[in-house]
Amino acid sequence: MRRILSVIAPVLALAIAVPALAAEHEAKLYTPKGGWSFQGPLGSFDQGSLQRGYKVYREVCSSCHAMNLLSFRNLGEKYGPFYDEKFPNPADNPFVKTLAHDQEAPAIKGINEETGDVEDRPGLPSDRFPDPFPNEYAAKASTGGYVPPDLSLIVKAREGGANYIYSILTGFVEAPSDVTVPDKLYYNQSFPSHFLGMKPPLADNKVSFDDGTPSTIRQQAKDVTTFLAWASEPKQTERKRLGLWVMAYLIGMALLAYGSYRRVWKNVH
Amino acid sequence: MSGQPSTYQPKSGFTRWLDSRLPILRLAHDSFVDYPTPKNLNYWWTFGAILSFMLGMQIITGIVLAMHYVPNATMAFASVEHIMRDVNYGWLVRYLHANGASMFFVAVYVHMLRGLYYGSYKAPREILWILGCIIYLLMMATGFLGYALVWGQMSFHGAVVITNLFGALPLVGESIRTWLWGGFSVDNATLNRFFSLHYLLPFMIAGVVILHVWALHVSGQNNPIGVDPKSEKDTVKFTPYATVKDGFGVALFVVMFGLFVFYMPNSLGDVNNYIPANPLVTPEHIVPEWYYLPFYAILRAIPNKLMGVLAMFGSIGVLFILPWLDTSKVRSMRFRPKAQIFFVIFVINALILGWCGHNPPDKFAIPVGEGGLTFVWLSRIGTAYWFAYFVIIMPLLGIVEKTRPVPDTISSPVLSGAATVEKA
Repeated sequence: MRRILSVIAPVLALAIAVPALAAEHEAKLYTPKGGWSFQGPLGSFDQGSLQRGYKVYREVCSSCHAMNLLSFRNLGEKYGPFYDEKFPNPADNPFVKTLAHDQEAPAIKGINEETGDVEDRPGLPSDRFPDPFPNEYAAKASTGGYVPPDLSLIVKAREGGANYIYSILTGFVEAPSDVTVPDKLYYNQSFPSHFLGMKPPLADNKVSFDDGTPSTIRQQAKDVTTFLAWASEPKQTERKRLGLWVMAYLIGMALLAYGSYRRVWKNVH
Repeated sequence: MSGQPSTYQPKSGFTRWLDSRLPILRLAHDSFVDYPTPKNLNYWWTFGAILSFMLGMQIITGIVLAMHYVPNATMAFASVEHIMRDVNYGWLVRYLHANGASMFFVAVYVHMLRGLYYGSYKAPREILWILGCIIYLLMMATGFLGYALVWGQMSFHGAVVITNLFGALPLVGESIRTWLWGGFSVDNATLNRFFSLHYLLPFMIAGVVILHVWALHVSGQNNPIGVDPKSEKDTVKFTPYATVKDGFGVALFVVMFGLFVFYMPNSLGDVNNYIPANPLVTPEHIVPEWYYLPFYAILRAIPNKLMGVLAMFGSIGVLFILPWLDTSKVRSMRFRPKAQIFFVIFVINALILGWCGHNPPDKFAIPVGEGGLTFVWLSRIGTAYWFAYFVIIMPLLGIVEKTRPVPDTISSPVLSGAATVEKA
């Protein structure tokens, strides 16, 4: 049996290695300098990066991209961008309240409970992030035929995850001389087909960071990707933290089970 | 259940009273305490317990998910995300359920390959094996229905592809497909019935599992040498011996399960399923979940759609008649050196088929210069071996193979050393 396996293993290894070599010419993905704060089993989101990332989303991306699954209250949840331990209920968080209140959205309609009239009302933490377009036709009309994808789950919905988003945002380079870029499309080195309907969204100093972080394209891309990774799964940090305890417990239980097994079977020959 | 005299002694007044009315405690005692198991069972035999555990896990997490899920085409995807974001520990329950399905299939494949290697399907365990095949088919159906419920891009287009397979059947195909859909396309009616059936099938699985365990307890467990226990020396009591070993097996398995749930919960899924279903946009490559990939490769290996569908169902159907295709008098492959080689090739072939199912058919699996061997051709070779293994190799090998000497009893090789085995 072992001999058969020793013959087969190299063949199998080759079978896996060959397609890996062939993949070399496809669009490359990059990881930002210093990696991601949230990578690995112990990683958790860098709150400063989340806050800057939210600012980039709000000031740049949100003019075309919706985030339908996010509400303002999410921003104040534990491990989120504006979490403050003084306000365990994110709806009480004054910063989140202000963000919701100041949202630049088409007026929010509410019912006046005294008169029954439909009136404009101020934004609340329970409101969803506003949509940039009233409907998909409006979106198509303003972008030239594309509906910009919703970003709520974008990091989980693309092969390559955070690296993919970061690489696209930083991947607008001069097209190689032998390539003709079609009208209304933009060359991107990391996009699979290299032609992207999205204009290069970021530029140096396009977003001002209050904490003094230099506002380069790469920094903006890294921060907004961190924010989007959080938005894709706000419970990610909680998951990893709980996982440590659960894994420790399970391994302990497995060791105990092994000890019992050895002891019970001691006299069986 | 195993036909042995019951040794159950009710101890209290209540259990005596119960025993003369409904001897359910006697049944449990005879089946899971006093039941004799071969003492040489290895860790591959713990997968039965692992599967029972996983079935329980899937049913419990599934019931909780159903409390929050909305089976409606416009709300299903958002309700899954509501579970992930707003339901207390909803993310945990959903990841347990989604990865649990994969782990369930990991365990069932190990369990089936164990049966294949040690000849557990051979007389008198044919019915036991066939019941197992039925459970496997029900699991495949349940997994497919459950995957559709997420109502992401891959859910939707996977459901379209699979239901369209039935459309390939002559005469009745079209009507069956409309009947499955509840309309003229995969839509809200389809989602509703898929939800209903996804809730039903696990309980059918549980029912067949009971029959499976019953059949097991009638014929007794097979064991690594494939020689039935001859005396009490060959067996140990189920409790504590098998329970504690199964317990350890389950604990180890759950450690692996935990690693997926907490640290790579999406690694076995397709990224496209985090995009809401859109009938107007078809994903570039429609790929099923990993556990269907070998069969998907067999389906695509055959150019004619109907023949492809028949081959795919046939590749599982052939398992049902396996007990009569294997002509060998020796049960365990431990004593069948040639069969071992073909078995290992079968396992690798199944993995290669899975690799083919994952890749676009026209891509080169093994590029040679400008050309090479495409995945569709590789899957044709794989499909041929799959069927040849069961229909040609199994029957012939049993006749021509020279097997190694088989010990008389489970105890003898251990008690009298390896020398006697050589002489025997």
